[in-house]
Amino acid sequence: MTMRRHLLASLLGLACTLAAPPALANPYEHRLANGLRVIVKEDRRAPTAVHMVWYRAGSIDETNGTTGVAHVLEHMMFKGTPTVGPGEFNRRVADAGGRDNAFTSRDYTAYFQQVPKEKLDEMMALEADRMRHLTLSADEFAQEIKVVMEERRLRTDDQPQSRLFEAMNAVAFQSHPYRRPIIGWMSDLEHMTAQDARDWYERWYVPNNAYVVVVGDVDHREVFRAAEKHYGGLKARPLPTRKPQDEPAQAGVRRLTVKAPAELPVLIMGYRAPVLRDVEQDVDPYALEMLGAVLSGHGAARFSKHLVREQRLAVSAGADYDATARGPGMFYLVGTPAPGKTVAEMEAGLRAEIARIQQDGVSAEELERAKSQLVAGEVYKLDSMFAQAMEIGQMEAVGLPYGQSRRIIEKLQAVSAEQVQAVARRYFADDGLTVGVLDPQPLDAAAAPRRFAAPVRH
Amino acid sequence: MNTMTRKLLLALGLFAAALAAQAGVRIEHWQAPSGARVYYVEARALPIVDVQVDFPAGAAADPADKAGLAQLTRGLMDLGAGGMDENEVATKLADIGARLGGGADTDRASVGLRTLAMPEKREAAFAILRAVLAEPRFDAGIFERERSRTVAALRESLTRPETIAARAFWSALYGEHPYGRQPTVESLGRIAAGDLRAFHAARYTARSAVISIVGDIGRAEAEALAQRLTEALPAGEPPAPVPAATLPPAGEVRLPHPAAQAHIQLGLPALKRGDPDFYALLVGNYSLGGGGFVSRLMKEVRDKRGFAYSVYSFFAPMQAAGPFQIGLQTKREQAGDALKVARDELLRFLAEGPSEEELAAAKANIVGSFPLRLDSNRKILDNVAAIAFYGLPLDYLDTYADKVRRVTAADVRAAFARHVRPEHLVTVVVAGD
Repeated sequence: MTMRRHLLASLLGLACTLAAPPALANPYEHRLANGLRVIVKEDRRAPTAVHMVWYRAGSIDETNGTTGVAHVLEHMMFKGTPTVGPGEFNRRVADAGGRDNAFTSRDYTAYFQQVPKEKLDEMMALEADRMRHLTLSADEFAQEIKVVMEERRLRTDDQPQSRLFEAMNAVAFQSHPYRRPIIGWMSDLEHMTAQDARDWYERWYVPNNAYVVVVGDVDHREVFRAAEKHYGGLKARPLPTRKPQDEPAQAGVRRLTVKAPAELPVLIMGYRAPVLRDVEQDVDPYALEMLGAVLSGHGAARFSKHLVREQRLAVSAGADYDATARGPGMFYLVGTPAPGKTVAEMEAGLRAEIARIQQDGVSAEELERAKSQLVAGEVYKLDSMFAQAMEIGQMEAVGLPYGQSRRIIEKLQAVSAEQVQAVARRYFADDGLTVGVLDPQPLDAAAAPRRFAAPVRH
Repeated sequence: MNTMTRKLLLALGLFAAALAAQAGVRIEHWQAPSGARVYYVEARALPIVDVQVDFPAGAAADPADKAGLAQLTRGLMDLGAGGMDENEVATKLADIGARLGGGADTDRASVGLRTLAMPEKREAAFAILRAVLAEPRFDAGIFERERSRTVAALRESLTRPETIAARAFWSALYGEHPYGRQPTVESLGRIAAGDLRAFHAARYTARSAVISIVGDIGRAEAEALAQRLTEALPAGEPPAPVPAATLPPAGEVRLPHPAAQAHIQLGLPALKRGDPDFYALLVGNYSLGGGGFVSRLMKEVRDKRGFAYSVYSFFAPMQAAGPFQIGLQTKREQAGDALKVARDELLRFLAEGPSEEELAAAKANIVGSFPLRLDSNRKILDNVAAIAFYGLPLDYLDTYADKVRRVTAADVRAAFARHVRPEHLVTVVVAGD
């Protein structure tokens, strides 16, 4: 254990030292008077930079009737300001030799540009402009909402597993906003107005609800100066109170079925689980992360070895747990039964794997293996500026200081086999379980009536 | 610090930056005693070594009645090799934090390894890679299991509109040509474990192997590694090249599906690797449908009409003529309208070519974004491996920007006229009303 930690420290130390000489202070942070925080990680390997603006506003902050508005606004952010016309943002990034896009999650909305480093200043000017000066015209909205509905059809309506996951969340969470899909319900998209997007923008798009992350071949002092110049003049405004909307305790297993055109069934078992709130005091989220790695972290991890390879019960099986979130956590077990095997057998197989750990624990060897992979993954992450910026942004989004990312790795390294067994016993009980099943339907278009009602025109 | 010193430091800084940008990637190339061709880029900033070994063992090498053989062979190689059973391969890799990747595409089969550079880690990782390349076991029991999983995955994918569209597209473009072959439940059923062994012996040979190495490893060590990875392979004879593709007649394939969206693809066999028209087509396609949010297709199909979330066009140069392809997905009721817009934009572009503004914008982005294509070891590896496998010139990356800058609007029109002829344009619509 001690040796492993030593290895980790030296590995990361080596990697960081070589990647960016002033490793002790890197990343650097500066807070503007308007509350905007700027975080810079110098990585001098190539003459490029990634610039990201993160807003602490995601689907978790939405209300019924306007689900999906966080994501719709993300689309509208490319539709112009008084000084940068519709589509002009993308054009200027392209002219600068850059690539740009944006993404909306449950917890945040973020915008990014990857550019040759000389263009960073211009990117800041563009992002600062749309942080407070979005036009949000009704005409542009009317076109773009159709694009978002096509996105929903593409990514959810026609994807059996996405529909299962969407339905699963709506059952597993009954009061917490995580029950609502990020893309929004189709009916809400059909009835959304430009004013809904405008309200969202006015509520959340202020410098004191945002932070800027820059990773690349830059001098942090120059980045801070540029940030002062471009973002410094934007006015802060008080944010609405965010209510916790805590999910009540679950008392009993919940089951649901989704029918969709497919060949094989899919089983998802979701167990309510804690997420990381206090890097120093928490124990269970770290142990759950390591449990996930022992179950499905590599080709011969337990699920693959036992369920796919030995028993031939599953075509595939995996575990999924994310310890970082603003809202409540879930530990998912997912399996596709092999042809000839039933969903019930799949469920029994997954349960048996958990039961074995509850009874017998995990071996020291398995745990060490998971930790070795973790250490290597930390080094590999340094190969991507984008991944480094994402890590900083995602930690900040859920309220964890990015500076503690190395401490989190140390905490994961310190997880014991007893702690892994303890979380397997504590969280994998039926009272906190939701089970979702994809029930495959024949494809024959003539035999199967059109499953998806034609959307209402508006 | 006085002004003079500051100026000097500033100049040094700028000089260093300019040097970094100009020098680009230095690729060293040699042939190993085994006959394998080796491409090496030293990158010492991170303690990582990436190795990719490519063979002309993609799906185009499948026997006509055993489509799926290349994919199964590559898949089984990781599942038991030398003295290791399938679980030992995976656990040994995990123990040292190494990752094995790759797969079989149409032309090429790849075995990739990413490992930490510390000697005790990388040596163990290289030993596993050597065994996977040279001594895969192809155990009968594992073969039966993997074939059955492959059949299950195929049946599942055949329910997906995007898979149905892609298979119909490649069939219509290439017919009986090797690029038109697709695994079926029947073709997978005709494959036996012995076929994998024979395919491996014929196609994974030292003289066909192309090794790309990027990372924290010296030249001498890279030389030794390349030899070690390939010395146990049979020398082999280079396989016959993929035959030329013949152009299909124009036509439209319509297939039913209950999906909410129609999947639309149009295109034709268009471009071989190493074709001098590559740059003109690259620049032209940027304006047509390659340039992300700023292309004509994006403006007309998505921005103006809200017809689609995703719409694009690309050329995929391959050993034989790879496809030019336009793709989009739209609400099934408006499939006809969206297809018409996409086709009209293509025909307009073929007739007019890019405007001078579009041409300048395309070049500015392609040249300007070049550093973004090389700003990680992973990206460098991808570029080097493509240069290596397709035998592109070693100065490909160095001359790329200049060749893009020299493209004229007339070049684009002429190249599109040569490579995208409407009388051969195939259209596939799945789930359109």
